[in-house]
Amino acid sequence: MAEKPIITVKNLVKKYDDFTAVKGISFEVYEGEIFGLLGPNGAGKTTTLEVIETLRDKTSGEITVDGFNVETDADEIKQVIGVQLQAAGYYPNLNLSELIKLFCGLYGIDKTPMEMLEKVALTDKAKSKYKELSGGQKQRFSIATTLINNPRIIFLDEPTTGLDPQARRNLWDLIREIRDAGTTVVITTHYMDEAEELCDRVAFVDGGHIIGIDTPNHFIDELVASGFERKKQVKLANLEDVFINMTGKEWREG
Amino acid sequence: MNPSKKPYSNFNATMAIAKASFRSIIRSPSAVVFSLAFPLIFITVFANIGSSSISVDVAVAKTCDTTGPVYNALKKNPIVHLIRDKTTAQMATSLSRGDIAAIIDIQKNNSRPPYTLNVKYSNASAQKGGVFKSLLTTISYEINSYGNNAPPAVTEVRETTIKGREYKYIDFLLPGMLGFSLLSSGVFGTAFVFLSLRLTLVIKRFFATPVKKYSIVLGEALARLVFSLLGALFIILVGHYWFGFTLIHGVVTVLNMLILASIGLIIFMGFGFVISGIAKNESSVPPISNIITMPQFLLSGTFFSVTAFPSWLQAISKILPLTYLNDAMREVAFEGAGIGDVTHQLLILGAWFIGIYAVAVKTFKWE
Repeated sequence: MAEKPIITVKNLVKKYDDFTAVKGISFEVYEGEIFGLLGPNGAGKTTTLEVIETLRDKTSGEITVDGFNVETDADEIKQVIGVQLQAAGYYPNLNLSELIKLFCGLYGIDKTPMEMLEKVALTDKAKSKYKELSGGQKQRFSIATTLINNPRIIFLDEPTTGLDPQARRNLWDLIREIRDAGTTVVITTHYMDEAEELCDRVAFVDGGHIIGIDTPNHFIDELVASGFERKKQVKLANLEDVFINMTGKEWREG
Repeated sequence: MNPSKKPYSNFNATMAIAKASFRSIIRSPSAVVFSLAFPLIFITVFANIGSSSISVDVAVAKTCDTTGPVYNALKKNPIVHLIRDKTTAQMATSLSRGDIAAIIDIQKNNSRPPYTLNVKYSNASAQKGGVFKSLLTTISYEINSYGNNAPPAVTEVRETTIKGREYKYIDFLLPGMLGFSLLSSGVFGTAFVFLSLRLTLVIKRFFATPVKKYSIVLGEALARLVFSLLGALFIILVGHYWFGFTLIHGVVTVLNMLILASIGLIIFMGFGFVISGIAKNESSVPPISNIITMPQFLLSGTFFSVTAFPSWLQAISKILPLTYLNDAMREVAFEGAGIGDVTHQLLILGAWFIGIYAVAVKTFKWE
């Protein structure tokens, strides 16, 4: 993979009234990769994403997204990114197909609802309301709304939180498909197994700083090389493998 | 692959929001109930109370003669309601309670005068009894002079009634109900929608698209305006065809009323914007909204004229925007005034518009 940066963040600082959420973060996201921002709650992941997404003003620092400056070219950036917010709802009383039409209007794009719902395998739910969907379906629908404008980059903020193992795997497949179709994916998560499985590179964020950025494999190798050993003998399978093996890999709707 | 670049259209984005919002409104039960069902229920209930004229219940005694001219005259009288299915004991109780105005017992005599009218009144129903008393006097006088066929001894009454415009209660009530519908849709609807869009991060998600802020407000306002005007039109048509609401200049009057309705709604939406900004969560919307809507509902001449209030209350009425909207509506609907004839009311509404939007701009929150 050619390592061509599509997002560049330099010394990003974000202060709220009396609290500095992000204290000088710098990193690059390469075109065509799945980039993970990892870290505990309150580490500054969501704030960092929202500044890049032009939803929040930064206090200082420099950010370019697909060649556009967040400060001066917010409108251009909005045209080339897709955003899924943590815990965001959708316009009340509308069904999925009407919501897609609404977003098509907001982006100024002509697409049919079915075309978008097909990408996330929700065509049979076209007439359902968002709140009637299962957790996994909700996340897939959110992802469909981020793809409407054929974005260069999509941002997914904790897309798998609260999902069961099957729904999680299903979403990983979808995210990988999106990456393989040429879209860069920036994702935040609390699940390290997910980051290890899904992300091409990850950055650890803690207390408003980036404390490490590399491929998951390299991080693990480094730790092992330093002499780290798990207390418990690692087996060839874990309990999640047992769960998937016993309940089947097929994802259950509802 | 990029789609063929075409310039971004703020108009299309506004329309997409308006369309979505309109769909959402017509599917929301509370919007439909407050804007259409309540006004129509009020109209049905109060128009029927208002249209019932005076009626006097009179019981007919068992011994009463029901063949003579007096009885027939009473039977034909639209005010008198004769009750014949009561026992003598029931009649006595009803009379003492004031449920009926009188008990009448007409006796046919073989000597002159041919009829004697025995009437029992009760001071429990003195007013209606009095009405009946004067009715009886008139009837007796007419029958007596008919029998004499002689010229009147002292005075002769010659009556003519000119044909005037009948002012029905519905003509007063319906504009008030329109005002109520616009007030609740503007205040509650706007406050709820913007608060919930903010709390559920719908607006934030919108901001991640190229849409402009003014498109969001404009789209929402447009949807509510179309919904409220359709509702107003429906109320006017139901009022006109079912309840005989007067539309002096027909379609022109309707159009003028809709223009006033738009102005009113825009002002009331300003209150909604303010509330959505100061409310912390959805459960604090109804109390704050009620503080704004209830006084106007009661004091702005929705059900009865503000002139019925003591002067200190009238002073409050004369501040409220709904008072002026109702006033202008009635001028237009009943007096046949044009928009140009209600400039005084419009001027005060204009002052409210400036005031409330100045506050809204300060208090409105996007996130």
